Amino acid sequence: MDLLEYQGKQLFARHGVPVPNGRPAQTVEEAVKAADEIGYPCVVKAQVQIGGRGKAGGIKVAQDGTEAQSYAEAILGMDIRGLTVHELWIERASQIEAEYYASVIFDRSEKAPLVMLSTKGGMDIEQVADQDPEAIARLHVDPLLGFQDFHGRRLCFEGGVDADVVRPVSAMLGKLYEVFIAEEATLVEVNPMIVTPPMEDGRRAVRALDAKVTLDDNALFRHPENAALRDLSAEDPQERMAKERGLTYVKLDGDIGILGNGAGLVMSTLDVVAQADGSPANFLDAGGGSKADAITSAVEVILSNPKVKAVLFNIFGGITRGDEVAKGLIEAFAAVKPQVPFVIRLEGTNQEEGQRLLSEANLPNVVTEPTMDGAARKVVELARA
Amino acid sequence: MSILIDENTRLCVSGITGREGTFHSLRNRDYGTQVVSGVTPGKGGQDVEGIPVFNTFHEAVSATAANAAMIFVPPRFAADSILEAEDAGVELIVAITEGIPAHDELRVYNALRKNGRSRLIGPNCPGVLSPGKANVGIIPAAFFKQGNVGVVSRSGTLTYQIGNVIAQQGFGNSTIVGIGGDPVPGTDFTDVLELFEADPDTELVVMCGEIGGDAEERAAEFIAERMSKPVVAYIAGFTAPPGKTMGHAGAIVSGSRGTAAAKADALESKGVRVGRTPTGVAELAASLLGAEATGTLP
Repeated sequence: MDLLEYQGKQLFARHGVPVPNGRPAQTVEEAVKAADEIGYPCVVKAQVQIGGRGKAGGIKVAQDGTEAQSYAEAILGMDIRGLTVHELWIERASQIEAEYYASVIFDRSEKAPLVMLSTKGGMDIEQVADQDPEAIARLHVDPLLGFQDFHGRRLCFEGGVDADVVRPVSAMLGKLYEVFIAEEATLVEVNPMIVTPPMEDGRRAVRALDAKVTLDDNALFRHPENAALRDLSAEDPQERMAKERGLTYVKLDGDIGILGNGAGLVMSTLDVVAQADGSPANFLDAGGGSKADAITSAVEVILSNPKVKAVLFNIFGGITRGDEVAKGLIEAFAAVKPQVPFVIRLEGTNQEEGQRLLSEANLPNVVTEPTMDGAARKVVELARA
Repeated sequence: MSILIDENTRLCVSGITGREGTFHSLRNRDYGTQVVSGVTPGKGGQDVEGIPVFNTFHEAVSATAANAAMIFVPPRFAADSILEAEDAGVELIVAITEGIPAHDELRVYNALRKNGRSRLIGPNCPGVLSPGKANVGIIPAAFFKQGNVGVVSRSGTLTYQIGNVIAQQGFGNSTIVGIGGDPVPGTDFTDVLELFEADPDTELVVMCGEIGGDAEERAAEFIAERMSKPVVAYIAGFTAPPGKTMGHAGAIVSGSRGTAAAKADALESKGVRVGRTPTGVAELAASLLGAEATGTLP
């Protein structure tokens, strides 16, 4: 689950990561009130889960209440690369002397958290990694030991951080690691992490000016307060419907609906359909032991996408039984009455019984095919007809 | 021979009294696996169709000399159960549970590696099957027979699909290993390839990968440097869009990393033949074995 910038910053604040003072707003009135409270100049920032907000006009500095109002009016409801802005984050404008980059990543390859720091912040870090890999200091942390102070110092000195801010940058890395572990994140990224001009005490301060946090969905049961942060407006309606029904569904751009059992087999089915010059409309894994009501539910989700012109069922029964799938399909047809053709490939446990049930039911617009490759070719042909 | 499990495997099942746990424990026993005990805290002293149940792994191991564990408990209890099995001295732990938090997997992986006593297969995997010898997990044994093809896969149903075609071509399997679809598998492709390389009964290995991570790329390096036996591969997920989790928690293309095309290229650049479809890779395996049998393989 990806958090919005302000949700990430609120999480940061809870763990003592310094962030600029700010407030969320969902209406123009709330935005102006928040700006008045925070003081000017302040920044009005669109809250959408996509990069390039600034370029799209979604981030503006307001010098007074009139400007705050006109920027809030312009940005709320704005479309940024396909996402509509429903929320704003109003924050105190920061003075910036330097922009750094910091992150903690779940490195599945090394099976350890990876902490990265660079003084080349404020730009795309993948670009920095390509052009100037030396500019990024990296360090894997033993998850059984945790982040130590020396880890922070090493990263700062290797990364070439200005000597006067080694202490606060190092401390912030420790806090970001704490967020990563305590909230069970798979990504905590700050870009830019800024260094301010000297404050009243004569020292330069360090702040997280952006926050990109991805939380592990499988761990949300231990973090009910985070589970409530889900950004429903960013979810596709079909994907939301599938999630509510406990189905694993990913929407794609094409016109051939796909249902299978097992993530690997469904991924493979998409590929085989694409090789037959077809274009899949979705990924849908009905899971192991697919029962009749799950199949009905799945058919409804697939057909709720108006682009679907034909549907392919690819079942290889192991734990899943062919007769159960056939029964589910027959019930689904009674409940949903699909208007598009279906191609069914049913092999594995109880395949004879399943095929017998299907042929007896004589469903309209349903063809069976014995092989996966043949079924893919057939569904592409039907989608084009 | 076979790898990981055989006639000498003595299995203890964590979560044996649950619906799924009971069903699959009995199925494994029916296949011929020695299912010697089960663990469910608070149900010690009971039995499941004659299989004794214990409160702790330590009791189960000392009473029944279990040397393998199967984990069938819900995700929030699974990491603890794996660590308990390891602490009790179980050498092989097969975790079927899907949906274990990633940070739990990270802790478990690093703890097991540090102690060096136990091997973990999974989590989120269908288990291990050595046809004719033992079945630990949920792999439907009916589609596989004894033979000389080793299979290692991140996906369950895709393995059954490929195994079925191999069987239709008249070949069987030494061992089928499902390493699971999670981001931190306890055992990876390279570990299993190493075991197959050392197994005299395995002549060829089918490797079935998918998008996400770099395990397939690492396997390609390993095959080039360390394998004398032929390996053929299949990769699923060419049409998967970046940033979307395709069912398995580990199946996600992050930015430009972890794509199916990059994995297939890495394997092919090391001389590993990659099938275009599940049927294609099974036919590739069969044709290589057929060629070997008749001595026509260069």
